[in-house]
Amino acid sequence: MSKVASMRDAVAALVHDGDVVAIEGFTHLICFAAGHEIIRQRKRDLTLARLTPDLIYDQMVAAGVARKLVFSWLGNPGVGGLHAIRRRVEAPADGAPAGDASPTPLELEEYSHFGMVGRYTAGASNLPFFPLRSYFETDLPKANPLIRPIQSPFGEETVYAVPPLKPDVAVVHAQRADAAGNTQMWGLLGCQKEAAFAAERVIVVVEDLVDESVVRADPNRTVIPGLIVDAVVIEPWGAHPSYVQGAYDRDNRFYRDWDAISREDSTTQAWLDEWVYGIAGRAEYVEKLGAERLAGLRPSGRALSGEVDYGVYK
Amino acid sequence: MSALPAGASGAATPPAFSKSEMMIVAAARELAGQRVCFVGVGLPNIAVNLARLTVAPELELVYESGAFGAQPARLPLSIGDPTIVTGATAAVSMFELFSFYLQGGLVDVGFLGAAQIDRFGNINSTVIGEYEHPKTRLPGSGGACEIAINARHVFVIMRQSKRSFVDRIDFRTSPGNLGGAETAARIRKEQGWLGRGPSVVVTDLAIYHFDESGEMRLDSIHPGVTLDQVRDTIGWAPKMAEPLATTPEPTAEELRLIREVLDPDGAYTK
Repeated sequence: MSKVASMRDAVAALVHDGDVVAIEGFTHLICFAAGHEIIRQRKRDLTLARLTPDLIYDQMVAAGVARKLVFSWLGNPGVGGLHAIRRRVEAPADGAPAGDASPTPLELEEYSHFGMVGRYTAGASNLPFFPLRSYFETDLPKANPLIRPIQSPFGEETVYAVPPLKPDVAVVHAQRADAAGNTQMWGLLGCQKEAAFAAERVIVVVEDLVDESVVRADPNRTVIPGLIVDAVVIEPWGAHPSYVQGAYDRDNRFYRDWDAISREDSTTQAWLDEWVYGIAGRAEYVEKLGAERLAGLRPSGRALSGEVDYGVYK
Repeated sequence: MSALPAGASGAATPPAFSKSEMMIVAAARELAGQRVCFVGVGLPNIAVNLARLTVAPELELVYESGAFGAQPARLPLSIGDPTIVTGATAAVSMFELFSFYLQGGLVDVGFLGAAQIDRFGNINSTVIGEYEHPKTRLPGSGGACEIAINARHVFVIMRQSKRSFVDRIDFRTSPGNLGGAETAARIRKEQGWLGRGPSVVVTDLAIYHFDESGEMRLDSIHPGVTLDQVRDTIGWAPKMAEPLATTPEPTAEELRLIREVLDPDGAYTK
């Protein structure tokens, strides 16, 4: 059965106000197209989970869709801070005018990377917690009381435990899937698989829709089975300004530009008006970016994987 | 130290390199003889890539994003750049990377940056001010907390100032030698940590190692920097090696690699 849907329909049907939403992807395969559609549909009171909130959650927080962030590293990688989020979190500087400081503080729930990965892993495996050696002798358990110590049942060691994270919706971007949602990806895998298996509902967004036979020809590359997928959205360039291994590069220029755009709330909102509210969807966004910008993001050459022989056994 | 030929910089002229370049070169040289290095975003990224091209050609680069044995063909802006995947030994999930590679004890050196560090190498990268109402909200742990605990040796690279080298850090994101070597050794043993804690801090002014009490010791001052400059930017009275060394200047080849190969836009080295 085909699960192919438009981004508009998938988000309308599967993302609800108040949901815990995880748009995962570590630098690679971050689905900005889904984040922008959530903004356009003016969803509210979302809890946004991601290891690295990245520009997509900075934009979503600026647009007012979120009440809470669950994360492990809050920054613009290689560039600096996430200003829209910081405006909602930092105390106003002494004597500074209120300016564009938001009246509603953003709630933060903070872990380390391994803690977040462990939370998805526990959520995906139906376990009550995930144990890890991190956090000992740090202030993180004080900042987040959900990070708790447990003693090993087999010895004297103490480890910390984090609770399972089961998002209401996970959005996963990938190179390709078939119509049933069997999804293949390559390059950095982040914790897309763990987030998808942990989530109640899964939206897969792909550069290419492929025939089932393409998936079956290389089963080791399947990261997410159609079994857990609710919608397949075909959205070329849907990860821009993030990237898709082998298809297009990270648009580092935009990551740098965002630093200036997001310094003030007024310029941030103007950007959202132009690039999110002002357009119908990703196809129009891609059109607006222009052929030259896109061409500059194509890989400079091909690096094909070798073929493997799975064999025929009859 | 580097086995490369000496540089061409003249003795009478002001140093022909920036403080950032000196810091990157000094950090890269510390990696001589190391095998598996966990690379962080920013300055560590360029230092480690410089080491791979100079003193540590056997270095296996591990990125927390999941690339093992990376051979980046350009300097990645982020630690998740596609160039670290193409040609790597392995691209693994973050679960495998953190569980099997890092917590499993396969990483020799983990690089950390810091907004604040204390004399025992404990690190803050979370907030300046109170946690609930911070003056400055910093990125937080990312993988730093687990690197500090699990990597065999921790190298710190950061700019030095009275605001960053402090008597008391505002938040402990990543444990160093805690309150001293004795406590740290006991806790590492009791808790089964494989990491031995911080071993070197490289700044834009100097190089520090840790003495038997677990405290940072000033060992080497970069050329063109005075002892007063170093002392004035530390929030405690630092222990000092006798005699104090002067860090060898960057060689012409090290500078060429930074400027032409690794960071031609000067993103890290301006």
